[in-house]
Amino acid sequence: MLKRCWAGLLVAAAAGIPISLCAQQQPVELTVFAAASLKDAFTEAAEVLAQRTPPISVRYSFGGSQQLVLQLEQGASADVFASADQRWMQVARDTGLIAGDPAIFARNRLVVITPASNPGRIDRLEDLGKRGLKLVLGAEAVPVGKYSREALNRLNRAPGFGSSYSRRVLGSVVSEEENVKAVVSKIQLGEADGGIVYVSDVTPSVRKAVRTIEIPDPYNVVATYPIAVLKRSDQSAAAQQFIQFITSAEGQALLARHGFLPAETAMSPSPAGPPR
Amino acid sequence: MSGRVLAGRIVTALAVSFLLVLLVLPVLALVLRAPVSDIVDRLSEPLVLAAIRLSLETSLCAAALATVLGLPVAYLLATREFRGKHVLEAIIALPMVLPPTVAGVGLLLAFGRAGLAGRALGVFGLSIPFTTTAVVLAEAFIAAPFFIGAAAAGFREVESRYMDAAATLRAAPVTAFVRVLLPLAAPSVLAGATMCWARAIGEFGATITFAGNLPGVTQTMPLAVYVALQTDLDAAIALSVLLVLVSLTILVAVRAFPFGPAALRGQRRAG
Repeated sequence: MLKRCWAGLLVAAAAGIPISLCAQQQPVELTVFAAASLKDAFTEAAEVLAQRTPPISVRYSFGGSQQLVLQLEQGASADVFASADQRWMQVARDTGLIAGDPAIFARNRLVVITPASNPGRIDRLEDLGKRGLKLVLGAEAVPVGKYSREALNRLNRAPGFGSSYSRRVLGSVVSEEENVKAVVSKIQLGEADGGIVYVSDVTPSVRKAVRTIEIPDPYNVVATYPIAVLKRSDQSAAAQQFIQFITSAEGQALLARHGFLPAETAMSPSPAGPPR
Repeated sequence: MSGRVLAGRIVTALAVSFLLVLLVLPVLALVLRAPVSDIVDRLSEPLVLAAIRLSLETSLCAAALATVLGLPVAYLLATREFRGKHVLEAIIALPMVLPPTVAGVGLLLAFGRAGLAGRALGVFGLSIPFTTTAVVLAEAFIAAPFFIGAAAAGFREVESRYMDAAATLRAAPVTAFVRVLLPLAAPSVLAGATMCWARAIGEFGATITFAGNLPGVTQTMPLAVYVALQTDLDAAIALSVLLVLVSLTILVAVRAFPFGPAALRGQRRAG
């Protein structure tokens, strides 16, 4: 009997006290699960929102979208989910995590990066098909990895690339990374010869350490970023405010400064069709 | 029974039960959630088999490397006093407490292509990151302290008169080490090597950072679990259960067989 009392007290101490403290706090604290590629832009957005009245303080968990969905499925508590592709937002919807309809708030394009010293002598997209390179891509489950493979398949049809292009490129892959920032860091450190990341990942600090090679529009893949309030959120009004800010003119300008394309973009879908 | 004794017992019982819940429940949950009907099918998928094989190969190599390089170090630490010994001991123990990802970044900056030593290796056309060698190095880096600690403790337990006797009989130090000290400390050395092997099997953070993640080349079982977790939960759980079983078997074996310093006294009489 005594044991039970003690256990009950311990549980109350562990669980109860923080809850009562939280309830009394006035400023809203949002938890946002966001794709790794959004790190810099969303961090700046949080700084803006913290200055507002009433201030909204935002805590982030950045990671591969697939990883975030898994954490949400397993009961992680958050208010907002921003995914780097429709696929994982759809998975989140299918598992009943999402309240209402997701809004598209940004688009992104792919770009090839190499270390500034360019050890693999990659100067054109065709060079990625050379033998003996060390390339790093996102894993297939990671949005950027899926988009990268799609772009490579499209390039098979480009004049001068050859239909075995994507196979040759994939043959040189030495690591399948778990999120796009891991691809960036392996290139930044000069450990791999080349990789495919989002345009927005080439931030000012990254730009010093890498060279970029553009992927022309017809072959590039437009990554679509949906954002939504989570059903589990107990502060959905504030969560809505966050999404409103991101989709507002101010938020869109902020995203554009970080290399994202606006939510509404005129880029035509390529012959391969839009990414699933 | 006085109140104080009772309170002490209650606190102990609570601590033990909380700790057991914390330690046992996750393992139990894994086993209960395991896809029993098709666990064999799950584990015989080519990518899973490749991960299992790679894990066995790399962890055995890492344990062998740590043993060969660690024996002289353990001997040194157990038998000699010198300036800066504490610092050396701390440096050797560091990988046990360091976040493995930090170890991975360190390994990249040291042995990576653009790294301190890596650049020199590049002159000979050697590049370590993203290779199976990198997996072995990462595992050895993390697991070596487990061997060195156990082996040094084993050497310390051997009474000095045995080595003195060997010296009196004019045995060269190397002979004395191989013929006298090593056999006497063998149980501890073996236990250390086994613990080192078990730790190498479980290595994740340093491996994915330094060696990357490519099926068949650098994707060991822990990495395969991490990747499968995001696409195929059942496969991830099947692999996890296998890892739990392997690790548990090793740990039980270390305790059940006459390994470790406790078994040493009986052996001495025989030797």
